[in-house]
Amino acid sequence: MPKTVCAKWAGCGAAAKNKNTDMKTVYIMWLRQIKRYLRSRSRIVGALGQPILFLVALGYGLGATFQKAGEGNYFTFLGPGIIGMSIIFTAIFSGIEIIWDRQFGFLKETLVAPVSRFSIMMGRTLGGATVATIQGIIVFLIVLIPGFRPFNWALVPVAILFMLLVALLFTALGTMIASLLEDMQGFQLIMNFIVMPLFFLSGALFPLEGLPAALSAITKFDPLTYGIDAFRTLLVNLPVIGIGPDLAVLATVTAVFLILGSYFFSKIQV
Amino acid sequence: MTHDATAENIISVTGLVKKFGDFTAVDDISFSVKKGEIFAFLGPNGAGKSTTIKMLTTLLAPTAGTITMNGHSTTAEPDAVRRSFGIVFQDPSLDDELTAYENMEFHGYLYDVPADVMKERIPELLRFVELWDRRGSLVKEFSGGMRRRLEIARGLLHHPKVIFLDEPTLGLDPQTRNHMWSYLQNLNKTEGITVFFTTHYMEEAERIAERIAIIDHGKIIASGTSDDLKKQTNKPSLEDAFLELTGKVIREEESNAQDRMRQMGRMWRGGKK
Repeated sequence: MPKTVCAKWAGCGAAAKNKNTDMKTVYIMWLRQIKRYLRSRSRIVGALGQPILFLVALGYGLGATFQKAGEGNYFTFLGPGIIGMSIIFTAIFSGIEIIWDRQFGFLKETLVAPVSRFSIMMGRTLGGATVATIQGIIVFLIVLIPGFRPFNWALVPVAILFMLLVALLFTALGTMIASLLEDMQGFQLIMNFIVMPLFFLSGALFPLEGLPAALSAITKFDPLTYGIDAFRTLLVNLPVIGIGPDLAVLATVTAVFLILGSYFFSKIQV
Repeated sequence: MTHDATAENIISVTGLVKKFGDFTAVDDISFSVKKGEIFAFLGPNGAGKSTTIKMLTTLLAPTAGTITMNGHSTTAEPDAVRRSFGIVFQDPSLDDELTAYENMEFHGYLYDVPADVMKERIPELLRFVELWDRRGSLVKEFSGGMRRRLEIARGLLHHPKVIFLDEPTLGLDPQTRNHMWSYLQNLNKTEGITVFFTTHYMEEAERIAERIAIIDHGKIIASGTSDDLKKQTNKPSLEDAFLELTGKVIREEESNAQDRMRQMGRMWRGGKK
């Protein structure tokens, strides 16, 4: 029989709220995401398959044409795009995982706990963003193999901070979408109408200069465009927009998505 | 039954209403549960049971009425109420990718249980539900009965005053069921924890519950001890009394997206094994 250790703990039963509760919640939600990530090797490998495929197929397939067109080494151009690709996919899926938590019941465990939904959402989002950033770093190491080289290694840590920002932005977007969906039925819809367009219209694979005006305007509304531009600026010194506007746009959109994400998350009913 | 909020009552519900659009799921119910009582909340499918439990456990806001638990209002002080109860949901709510111990720890963090208390309490509870030897195993390797035991241990970690069990024995074999109830009765006796449960097994309610309330069409249609209900209906068993009170028509519940997801979840879990 469990004996009562209640006496040791003033907070037994209906405890007074400790100030650290929110931080503890954020920490444990974050830790959970990391543990789940490290345990699913198939997910890590699976998530690397697509960027590697794009890197090899496009890098070698279009490399020569790209060079002939006078655009330089395609791997240098493509590397930051592929890093962005792995981040956006991992981040959005991390956010969308809430649907699975809902389906497998775990979400209820967190929603009846005496903690704010905001801290649950923040911990989860930070965890998902950390995982996506790790994937981004792994892809960065992989693109070094076919000859990608950062122009200044000292800027790589700054690029990683930008990866974290981009990851945060898209995990928050995933959370937002997942909070609005009831089940996985809409998953294909999200893939085809949100994730794929965000990726293809970001300039990850091709230069944004010289696009038709309409398309060019659309790319300006894609937050990933600014992420890819930041990676390209910091890793290979090929800026189009500039690091200042990139940071401003990414930070603003991240803030907006986090606010909307936590609002929609707070409205979830189980 | 009296509804006055005396110190004896750990849960007092007064004039509780829940409407979904035009549909009234819970229609002005009032009842109370005494401190240390084993209370069964029964009703056919779609009677308003789950909706009531969701309101009691702060997952759903009432349309009207008040709920007080352990001296706190579920709407005004939800966090104080949340610290006062533990819950075992009808469907599993564990993280499959975490170990038994990690699931316990996760809960401890959310309920702000101090680290030294956790170090003592987690082994105690895991031994109590006979899962200590499996503490390092991932929950996805656990059987249905093991999961349920782990959920009970987890629900007790933060020393709740009330434990809610929503059909806790559904799908368990008689051995596991029996075992589980002896844990809970034991806890009720030694820690004075109030047990609030729902079940479709009437003989279970008859055997375990000290008091019973029956809800149907959103209203509480009868309450009292098992003997009271049998006397009231003049029937030999609680099952007969239940059928007398609620009728013999089979209830169809419309499935919503949530139910379909659960169905899918079950298939998925079943398929993986």
